[in-house]
Amino acid sequence: MASTISQGLLLTVPLAPLAGALIAGLAGRWVGRRGSHVFTILGVFIAFVCSVVVLSQVAAGARFNETIYEWMVLGKLVMEVGFLVDGLTAMMMVVVTFVSLMVHVYTIGYMDGDPGYQRFFAYISLFTFSMLMLVMSNNFLQLFFGWEAVGLVSYLLIGFWFKKPTAIFANMKAFIVNRVGDFGFILGIGLVVAYSGTLNYTEAFARAPELARLSFPGTDWMLITVACICLFIGAMGKSAQFPLHVWLPDSMEGPTPISALIHAATMVTAGIFMVARMSPLFELSDTALNFVLVIGAITALFMGFLGIIQNDIKRVVAYSTLSQLGYMTVALGASAYSVAVFHLMTHAFFKALLFLAAGSVIIGMHHDQDIRNMGGLRKHMPITWITALLGSLALIGTPLFAGFYSKDSIIMAVEASNLPGTPFAIFAVVAGVFVTAFYSFRMYFLVFHGEERFHHKPFPPEDDHDHGSHGHDDHHDATPHESPWVVTAPLILLAVPSVVIGFLAIQPMLFGDFMKDAIVVDAARHPATAQLAEGFHGAAAMALHGLQTPPFWLALAGVVTAWWFYLKQPSIPAAIARTFAPVVRVLENKYYMDWFNEHVLAAGARLLGTGLWKGGDVAVIDGAINGSARAMGGLAGVLRQFQTGHLYQYALVMLLGIFGLLTWQLWPYFSGLMR
Amino acid sequence: MSLGPITLGHYLSLGGILFALSVIGIFLNRRNLIVLLMAIELMLLAVNLNFVAFSHYLPLEADRMAGQVFVFFILTVAAAESAIGLAILVVLFRNRASIKVEELDELKG
Repeated sequence: MASTISQGLLLTVPLAPLAGALIAGLAGRWVGRRGSHVFTILGVFIAFVCSVVVLSQVAAGARFNETIYEWMVLGKLVMEVGFLVDGLTAMMMVVVTFVSLMVHVYTIGYMDGDPGYQRFFAYISLFTFSMLMLVMSNNFLQLFFGWEAVGLVSYLLIGFWFKKPTAIFANMKAFIVNRVGDFGFILGIGLVVAYSGTLNYTEAFARAPELARLSFPGTDWMLITVACICLFIGAMGKSAQFPLHVWLPDSMEGPTPISALIHAATMVTAGIFMVARMSPLFELSDTALNFVLVIGAITALFMGFLGIIQNDIKRVVAYSTLSQLGYMTVALGASAYSVAVFHLMTHAFFKALLFLAAGSVIIGMHHDQDIRNMGGLRKHMPITWITALLGSLALIGTPLFAGFYSKDSIIMAVEASNLPGTPFAIFAVVAGVFVTAFYSFRMYFLVFHGEERFHHKPFPPEDDHDHGSHGHDDHHDATPHESPWVVTAPLILLAVPSVVIGFLAIQPMLFGDFMKDAIVVDAARHPATAQLAEGFHGAAAMALHGLQTPPFWLALAGVVTAWWFYLKQPSIPAAIARTFAPVVRVLENKYYMDWFNEHVLAAGARLLGTGLWKGGDVAVIDGAINGSARAMGGLAGVLRQFQTGHLYQYALVMLLGIFGLLTWQLWPYFSGLMR
Repeated sequence: MSLGPITLGHYLSLGGILFALSVIGIFLNRRNLIVLLMAIELMLLAVNLNFVAFSHYLPLEADRMAGQVFVFFILTVAAAESAIGLAILVVLFRNRASIKVEELDELKG
């Protein structure tokens, strides 16, 4: 490559947010509220500026792949900290730091008056550091470090309002479900490391073709397939793919800024990023790719259905996130890694925007999150309204908007795929377009249009969220008001890329050289990306063509249906719900996944635990230990009878002993005498 | 049955009988600690008798002193031992008001 990137510049990117996090976290009491947001925003801003510089250098052809620090050497295994910066990393760095910066600014408004203000800023800056370490890593160990660190911060932030029992339940759930995924992930890393002998990406990928010829010990499975599926299980946990998706909707218990940052824009896309980064491995196994494809398709379609019946504004967006993550995973499965990453990027912008807009609505509604209590907010919150509309249009894939380019590319890539699971995946992603449009605009119409229901609140909130004092607790006036500029400015700044980034970035990201060296596609076996490039004649032409394709009409149908159902004839949804009551019940119970997890998996684990405790621990182990102790006691009880305390008996025994000893020793002499 | 000259065998037999008596005295005696001490003294005397008898019958004149010197040592030790033994006995009696061997089983396990 032409040139390299300054190491100092790269180090600044993760370390600036870390410094901010340390100042706000450890010295928060002394720097105060103002100090903590100033320092953390400064840190993230520095990281953002450096990331932009890095991106421009990478776009000019610069690359960086070096070890910064050697942590330890175990035999032949070298553990080190290093950066690999190419198109994929540079893009992620900019997305992460930009969204993080927006969320930092937004937080000033959203968390205003919260007693945990400094703690919150420390956490989100720490998250930014962890996420940057994850995406910039050049080896598996650092990837795993970042992976676990973002998981930890996610746990801390979901349970940020730690006095709320539901939040504590949700963060435990997120942590435990992620642990299941991480178990697969670490097994996958272990397999790769065991057979390639190195933690470094470049070296491991260089040996991947050798690995592809091996089979998993004791079976005739391909080793690479097992390794890739294990790695993908990690991605399923982090990126909330079916059936490990259950934690994401519950994570909405956390404050809205982190829902936007962690549970929509960045952390949950870590799995997508990881699979894209591991494309040299995944390319070698059609079985693993097919698995990825099917899981993604299930998530994309079925999680979208759940979005339709949710009434909590944040949960609608959360299920939308699940569904969109499913789209990205489908693209990964179709070997269109660059398309998945492209959708990751566009999604990061418009989903962060939607979440922050939802947060703004929540502020306006005095922390009532039920969309049935809203309506007509357009007049009261104009900036929130217009940005949310732009975000929704981007999400459903309106031509020229960001989501259109990425989502249409995904659909086309899946159509070009030749894996066995493709027909189902095509159905899922195309049907998903209608579902996406329907739930997005259902929420949009219920919140921003129609009758103003917030005066009488037909569905009073069940629990008055005990968040401490929020500064918005003057409940005398129920009329929503527009949020302060620290909230609306990030909305506007996020709305801009949500609209234009797809148009601008599709050419370099999908078809240019920008990510060529980061992502490996075996074009002979997986022609999806190549076919996309053949059919691509510029972004504007794609938008024009998009008007004639079924996804556009499906999206339009979704919007119109939502308008008809929720503005024109509000009686229809209720009638449908009555007619299809069993279906609605299944959806309301989220396909009984939580029920299954709690009553089968958790109960089964508890049963197993009880069995092992009663049978294994108490009966066998305690039995053996206490039994041997009792046996010793019994033996000693017998032996102690010999210790009478009577001198004369001791003396007798001593004499008999001496007699016996002498007899034994002198016996040869005596027998000689007698002969 | 004629009584011939006293030989080493006679002396050793006497020593053996005295030793056996003292052993029996030690472990048949259940009542009196003083008897126990006396039995120990008797045991030592039995050993002394053996020493003297052996030394007397040694073939070389020069060697005959060794055993007898040993006897003096043993007697001295025996005297010291009985002094200490009696002293302990007195203290024991003060504490326990008894010198019955049967009752002295503090070390019972």
